[in-house]
Amino acid sequence: MRDLNLHLLGFRRKSTRKGLMSKDDTMFTVREEDGARILCAQGDWTVMTVHKVDRDTELGALDGVDVTAIGDIDTAGALVLSRLAGPALEHLSGTHESARQLISLMTQTDIACDPPSLPGGSLMDLLERTGRSSIRLWNESVETLAFLGEALSTCTRLIFQPRRLRWTPMVAVMEEAGLDALPIVAFLSFFVGMVVAFIGATSLSEFGATIFTVELVGISMMREFGVILTAIILSGRTNSAFTAQIGAMRMRQEVDAMTTLGLSPMEVLVAPRIFAMVVMTPFLSFISTLSGMAGGMLVGWLALDISPVVFTARIQDYVPVSNFWVGLSKAPIFGLIVALIGCRQGLLVGGSVQSLGKHTTTSVVQAIFSIIVIDAVFAIFYMELGL
Amino acid sequence: MSAREAAIRVRGLKTAYGSHIVHENLDLDVWQGEVLGIIGGSGTGKSVLLRAIVGLKRPSAGSVDVFGRDITRLDDAERQAVERQWGLMFQDGALFSNLTVRENVLVPLQEHTQLDRTMATEIADMKIRLAGLGPAAANKYPSDLSGGMRKRAALARALALDPALLFLDEPTAGLDPITAGNFDSLIRDLQQALGLTVFLVTHDLDTLGAICDRIAVLADKRVIATGTIAELRELDHPWINDYFNGPRGRAAVAS
Repeated sequence: MRDLNLHLLGFRRKSTRKGLMSKDDTMFTVREEDGARILCAQGDWTVMTVHKVDRDTELGALDGVDVTAIGDIDTAGALVLSRLAGPALEHLSGTHESARQLISLMTQTDIACDPPSLPGGSLMDLLERTGRSSIRLWNESVETLAFLGEALSTCTRLIFQPRRLRWTPMVAVMEEAGLDALPIVAFLSFFVGMVVAFIGATSLSEFGATIFTVELVGISMMREFGVILTAIILSGRTNSAFTAQIGAMRMRQEVDAMTTLGLSPMEVLVAPRIFAMVVMTPFLSFISTLSGMAGGMLVGWLALDISPVVFTARIQDYVPVSNFWVGLSKAPIFGLIVALIGCRQGLLVGGSVQSLGKHTTTSVVQAIFSIIVIDAVFAIFYMELGL
Repeated sequence: MSAREAAIRVRGLKTAYGSHIVHENLDLDVWQGEVLGIIGGSGTGKSVLLRAIVGLKRPSAGSVDVFGRDITRLDDAERQAVERQWGLMFQDGALFSNLTVRENVLVPLQEHTQLDRTMATEIADMKIRLAGLGPAAANKYPSDLSGGMRKRAALARALALDPALLFLDEPTAGLDPITAGNFDSLIRDLQQALGLTVFLVTHDLDTLGAICDRIAVLADKRVIATGTIAELRELDHPWINDYFNGPRGRAAVAS
């Protein structure tokens, strides 16, 4: 059907001999002629039909090739024919101009490439890869810390020279990564607040202590969920955007151009993002906490008959405000991590699209990983402090 | 002359991006077996014309016939059949960056033919060598190649299915004159050996002189003239005059 289609469209290169268009199937025969064995090819030998040729038959020694019966031929067909015939091609018979041309093209030029390099699968390879990964992990940690140091020193310098700070990009990032993230942060926290309240209600109702749902929602949202949800949403939303923006600039050599113009990428690209995130993450966490408690309050009101008035009063009386400060104190650190990792991975992007994708993934994974680990460190720290 | 069968016939083409009209009432014929060069100032829509012919940009009006089929009105199966008949080389190669050169060339072979892997690989290797790359290039990734090698790899991929029609978008842009000259003769050799019809968008005056049978000039949203360099030089149009009779133009014609 496919071949028919091509013929109907009528734009396959035709053989030079008009009226002798072959309708035969693509194949070859070996003909004995005065003791000489001649390979006769017939039918169309094109990239679309050449798979029909049986290449596995043992042909034995050939003395010549006859191309008279060939219909259409292209380079793929010529290649297969030349592989079949081997040295017998020197005795080419038959009048088929394009076949002759193409076959001589195949024999004139060297047409083989190096064999594909296959990935090995031995135990040694496994060990080697493990070793390389471990070293990479170590280097990665050291380099991240080095980047942290460099970024912090740049930021400190900029605090004392506020005129050098790029205010416009900073405010733009604050809007794009902070304000624009507000709806999604508030929305998700609201639902998490509802879920926490429901879980609390089901477990606590067994003890007849459903009223403690208020404390549960209050403490968990203030201390952990508000800030950690914000940080994780920012890791997915903002951190990847930073990597992609800076990575695209790297790919188009904009960062190199910046350096040659005497602008430090650290000052122009990284510092405004760090400042913006350090300022905006506490703000977002605050909204997230409020929104989460509102979710809890709604569940309390609708499902547990705890009125909003009782809910708020109980929060004020029984949930120590230190929880709120503990939660909020983590927000700037998380903001710093998101900006830092996003920018660092962006600056590491090389020339290819692939590397952009790879670094964006790494960036999000590293950011979420660090946020959760650092949150755990904070939990231990505050517990030791007795807060 | 039997070769005056049109491979591409464009009639009354109009393309626009929003309110910006790129082409209007554009007519163009590309005869089978010829190399047609498209020239025009920056922003006259040379690449857009190429995109319109291969169906990447939908024309607002007019018809584009490739091998007698209006490509704006084809169903998927017919379109595939036409697509197998052309090869396209993009300006900066557009090689798939996650595949090696060999795998790049294998993509159309595995998609459109029923060849087994061994045979397809042999054919791919042959194309890579025909395009003038060394034996070691097949296993390399596009990011490991120089600009000239990337263009050759892109040409190998464009030639993978032995197309009858080859579209080249600025094949020599960004190459040094020697590499560009080699590339020109490579295209000319392949065109003659394989009997290709070539549609060539270029800025390069040397390329025009070296490999084009005919040249079409794009200006004022349409093709204002077609002909050989000698014929075009006779015309009285300010842009064409500046183009061919400027210092660079004279040097290219002289050589």
